Formats: sequence, C-alpha cells, structure tokens
Amino acid sequence: MTVESTAARKPRRTSGSKRASATTATAKKAAKAGAQNVTPEQVQLLTPEGKRVEHPDYSIDLSPEELRGLYRDMVLTRRFDAEGTTLQRQGELGLWASLLGQEAAQIGSGRATREDDYVFPTYREHGVAWTRGVDPVNLLGMFRGVNHGGWDPNSNNFHLYTIVIGSQTLHATGYAMGVAKDGADSAVIAYFGDGASSQGDVMEAFNFGAVYNAPVVFFCQNNQWAISEPTEKQMRVPLYQRAQGFGFPGVRVDGNDVLACLAVTKAALERARRGEGPTLIEAFTYRMAAHTTTDDPTRYRQDEEREAWEAKDPILRLRTYLEAEGLADEAFFQELEEEGEKLGKHVREAVRAMPDPDVMAIFENVYADGSALVDEERAQFAAYQASFSTVSDSGSAAGEAK
Amino acid sequence: MAAQNLPLAKALNESLRKALETDPKVVLMGEDIGKLGGVFRITDGLQKDFGEERVIDTPLAESGIVGTAIGLALRGYRPVVEIQFDGFVFPAYDQIVTQLAKMHARALGKIKMPVVIRIPYGGGIGAVEHHSESPEALFAHVPGLKVVSPSNSSDAYWMLQQAIQSDDPVIFFEPKRRYWDKGEVDTEAFPGPLHKARTVREGTDLTLVAYGPMVKVCVEAAAAAAEEGKSIEVLDLRSMSPIDFDAIQASVEKTRRLVVVHEAPVFYGSGAEIAARITERCFYHLESPVLRVGGFHAPYPPARLEEEYLPGLDRVLDAVDRSLAY
Repeated sequence: MTVESTAARKPRRTSGSKRASATTATAKKAAKAGAQNVTPEQVQLLTPEGKRVEHPDYSIDLSPEELRGLYRDMVLTRRFDAEGTTLQRQGELGLWASLLGQEAAQIGSGRATREDDYVFPTYREHGVAWTRGVDPVNLLGMFRGVNHGGWDPNSNNFHLYTIVIGSQTLHATGYAMGVAKDGADSAVIAYFGDGASSQGDVMEAFNFGAVYNAPVVFFCQNNQWAISEPTEKQMRVPLYQRAQGFGFPGVRVDGNDVLACLAVTKAALERARRGEGPTLIEAFTYRMAAHTTTDDPTRYRQDEEREAWEAKDPILRLRTYLEAEGLADEAFFQELEEEGEKLGKHVREAVRAMPDPDVMAIFENVYADGSALVDEERAQFAAYQASFSTVSDSGSAAGEAK
Repeated sequence: MAAQNLPLAKALNESLRKALETDPKVVLMGEDIGKLGGVFRITDGLQKDFGEERVIDTPLAESGIVGTAIGLALRGYRPVVEIQFDGFVFPAYDQIVTQLAKMHARALGKIKMPVVIRIPYGGGIGAVEHHSESPEALFAHVPGLKVVSPSNSSDAYWMLQQAIQSDDPVIFFEPKRRYWDKGEVDTEAFPGPLHKARTVREGTDLTLVAYGPMVKVCVEAAAAAAEEGKSIEVLDLRSMSPIDFDAIQASVEKTRRLVVVHEAPVFYGSGAEIAARITERCFYHLESPVLRVGGFHAPYPPARLEEEYLPGLDRVLDAVDRSLAY
C-alpha cells in the first residue's frame, strides 16, 4: 500500500497550492516507473468537482446514510469552529485555533477510529474530538483560560490537547507499545502538523514506533503553513516519503477528500491492529484561516493561494456529490442548517456560563500524592486571601502563615 | 531475604527486582539496560529473568524514552526509566518539564503519571564531560516533579520502592560515586516516608545539611570536628522536592547554625532555597548566616580538577569554622 515517489526532488520555490494537483494516470505511471515525479501521487476518491473515482488500493463503499453522516460531521464541525472564532472576537475566548479547511482530514480520519482506539491530538483537532463524542464545550476551557485541558482523556480515549509541537507523537507511540504489551487489538493515532515534522520528537516517535512495531498511525495534516513558514522552509522531501527511512509505509492522501481520508486511515488502523506496525499518513490539505486568532496570514501569503484551495473545499465537494447522486434532499440540508444554529447557540451559552475557577484551584492537582510544599504555600495564600475579608486586631502583616 | 550488607548499586538492583516481581505493570526502560545490565550494572540480570517486554532496551534517544514512558503510563504502566548519565538528561528535559510534570494538573487530576526517572549523578569518578553533573535544582524548580536522592544502601532500596509506588513523577538521582559503598539493607523493615529527612548524627553546635553523595563527606567532617571538640549534627535531606523544612528547622532551633553542602553550583542551587526558607523560619534562632558549600558557577571541570571543585572535608570544615566564628 506504500505510495511513494522514488524521484529526487529539487527544492521547491513555488507556493504550496501548486503542489496539490489531483492524481492523474500519467502521474501514477511516472511514479511507478520511478521517473521524475513532479506531483507525488495522492489517494483520492472524490474529486474537487464532486466526482467519485476509484483507487486500486483503497476502496470504500458507504451507505447514503453514512455519506450524509460524514457531511453532517463536517458541517457541524465547521460551524463549531466558526463559533470559536466569533467568541474569540467577542472576547469570550483568549485564543482560537481554527480548523477551517481541514474538516475532511479530521472527520475522515476520526471516523476511521474504533471506540477502543486512542487518539492523541494537537490543539486543532476539534473535528476529531467531535468524532470521538467529546463535548465540544470541553475544548473551549483552555482557550477561555479556565483550565489547561480539563477533560478526562479516558472518557472518550481522546487525549488532552498538546501545545508543545510534536510531543504527543511520543505519548501515542508509548501508549501503543502498552496496547501491544496488553495483547489488545486496538490502535492509536497521533495527529501533528507539517511544522511538527521538523521536531526531533516526531522523528524519535517514528523510530520507536518502527523498532517496537507499535500499533500507531501517524497522521500528519500538512496544511502548508507552520504559522508563517511554508512547507518549503520545513522540508526538502515530501513528508510521506520519510516513512520509508524508518521502515514503514507512508501514503499521501487528498486531505480535502473525506472519503479518501476515511479509507486510508481505516486501512492504516487495521494494519496496526494486525500487528504490522506504524503507517505515516500525510493528509495534503490547507489551513484556510489564520494559524490562530493572533496570527495575520495577509503578511505572508497571497489571496490567490487561498482561492485556489477554496475550489477544493471538502464540504462543497461532498455536497455536490450528494446532490448529483440524489443521496440527500433539501430537507436534509435544511435540518442540518437548523442543527448548526442549535449547536452554535449551545456553544455560545455554555461558554458564557463557564465559571472562572476558584483561585485556590492554583494549588490543586499539582501532585497526585500531595506535597508539603504545596500545602504550605496554599495555607499561606489562603491566609493572605482571608486577610481581606476579616478585621485584623493584631495588625500582623498579611501573608504570614505563622 | 531480610537484612543484608549490600553495595548501593546492588540495593537498587534488588529494589528493581522486587518492583518487577510485585507489580506486573512495572517496566524498565533505558539504553543498554538489557543484556549489559546498564553501564553501572544497576539492571544486571533483570532482562534475563523478566524478559525483553519488562526490561526494555531502547534506541539512543532520551526524549523518546521519556515521551514513550509517558504514553505507557497513560496506558496504565509504571515505567522506570534509566538515563545513562546526568548530563544526558537534557534531550529529555522538554518531555519531563512540559509534559510529564504537568499532565496530572492539565487533566484536573483525572490521570496520573507514575513515572520514575533514574539518573546516576554527580562527580568523583574521573569521568569525561557531561558525566559528573548535579542538575537536581533544575528539576526541583519544576512544580509537579518530585526529586529525591538516596545516600546509602538502605535508602536506595526503600526510596526506589516508594518512588515506583508513587503516582507522581519522581526524578531519582543516584549518587554514582557511592554505588560501590556497602551498607545494611533490611528489606522487611517498614520504611520512613519518602520525603522525611534523616538525622545521621546528633550534635548541638551546628547543623550540616546534605543529600546524596555529600552525606558521607559531611559525616566525615562531623567526625573530624568532634576531635576538635565541636558537636555537629548531620541531616540527610533525602528529598530535594519537597524539602523537609520542619526537620531542618527543628535541628537549627537546637544548634542555631546551619551549613548546606551539595555538589551542584551554589548559585540558584538547593542551598539557596534552604538558606532563604530557614532564615524566614529561624531568624531569631540563628547565631550566624546560613552558609553554603558547593560547586562553582563554572562548567564542571575536567577530571584532574574535580577534587578541587567538589566540596571535600576541608571546604566543609572551613565553612563550619566560619559559621562558628560569628
């Protein structure tokens, strides 16, 4: 199932948009022949025009209901994401990391996971969280500044968001080593971005995964930009080809094609379950919005690039397909619109109702077994706090515990 | 097995063996810990008896070792990681500080991180660069980590047991130049709490506080001072985070003088923390300022100079004299 180009590649100076042309028969032939390959083959099952195409290694047969389900997931995820951006602009969130444009990569891969699989996200996997049944409101706590994550990772087998780039790929690999030790047949999937692929931890995760034959899938969303750094500043070899050097398959998938992302991830997870080790998936996609709400992409990228990618919009292409094949009627789209409104309202209300944590929470959960040092500082600070609400007869200085 | 006379290294080996026998979730990870038994042989024979699934030889990648240990802990395992030498822990420092230390808090207490990181540390063995450092303050400064160091065989055995049983990440510093020192280990005697200091020698004129490799030096200093009629109390701190300030305070209230001794550079070191807190707690008891003896604000020197760099008997006694002169 390895899809790779053997051709040496020159450093690229063109913008990312020019690299993502659809797979063509010619390109396939060229790749197989080991000839100079300018556009690495990527798995695609649904063209940007909404046409179903077949791929020799990845077939998928979904019911109309399943197809509508994927569409619904993407629409609601985009809606949730838009609420995140709006809430940040309204001052309800301190920061928001938008997934706009990456819905297919996240929903496709997320829907490929089984309940007993375990997911290690970055901080942008709102769509994957949705597929795991995580309450979207849980994701907002850290962006509002009331906690650093806060949910129980074991409730939905969805680990906490990790902000340090690439760290979680090692956690995923270690977790997968544990899965293998337990003799379980579940799999683990680690998400990261093209920027993270420059981190040593990601390389170490690849190597540990390979050496221990761990049931882990490395899912890279190559959204073309690591804040302001284009992929040309990150790498000289197409990402998915790196897997070969570590001894496991790498595959590039059209990250804006939800069907392809689903099929490829499913195959990789099943491979992991069979005890055949890791797979690297490079979902070739595009970050339509800013890196986060503090970022200004107009300083580093051109409008034309975004426009080119808008034509490959993951939601639009599935809608075109559903409509052309008569798989969804107007009532479905209407109901989904209403569902989106409801979700938006729920999120807005829940965020505004989210209380600030009690100040003494600073001292909570520093240690599982407790600590005399934390206890001492907690007592001192509690006394200091209390000094504002009680009249002191002694006139002793605030803050003294003893 | 009850009481035995064991070198500190062997006590650690027995402790790891016991942990592997007692809890099937305990796994050991590190470079060369399998067939070789570790460069200091602390894991000698364990892979042979417990297999490659429990005693895991890893690729040479410290961040990878600690990062995957975190994942194993999330899966319910209790990884005990060996970092080969003190100066090699830094590639893993990011995983330890940004991930391991904070995971419990980040999850609002819903997950635990029972990971032990064993680090042979300190100088005195004539090693090359990066093999003789004492980076304990860098870890003790990080909330979420517990930092301990045994000074003798019995503590080595029991503190490692307690560290492995702890649901918190523990950085376990092993005084490598004491690996071959023998001491009594009673594997059935009930141990004291992990973070309690131990009075090694009673005294009335001055308190010496040390941990790990420096405890022995301080005991020798106290014996030498006794010949000059000075009564020195020696406390083995055992834990650098948290620190048993109550024990130090009780001792200083009795002796009224305090000297802290460690191998690490004095500047921003654990001695600074102890001096500050004890000055707060014991200001009216102290007859002299708290003094510190330790390494200099310079890279750990080449081996031919390390005897000058490391606090020895004379430097400790000099500080004792300076304190008593106030």
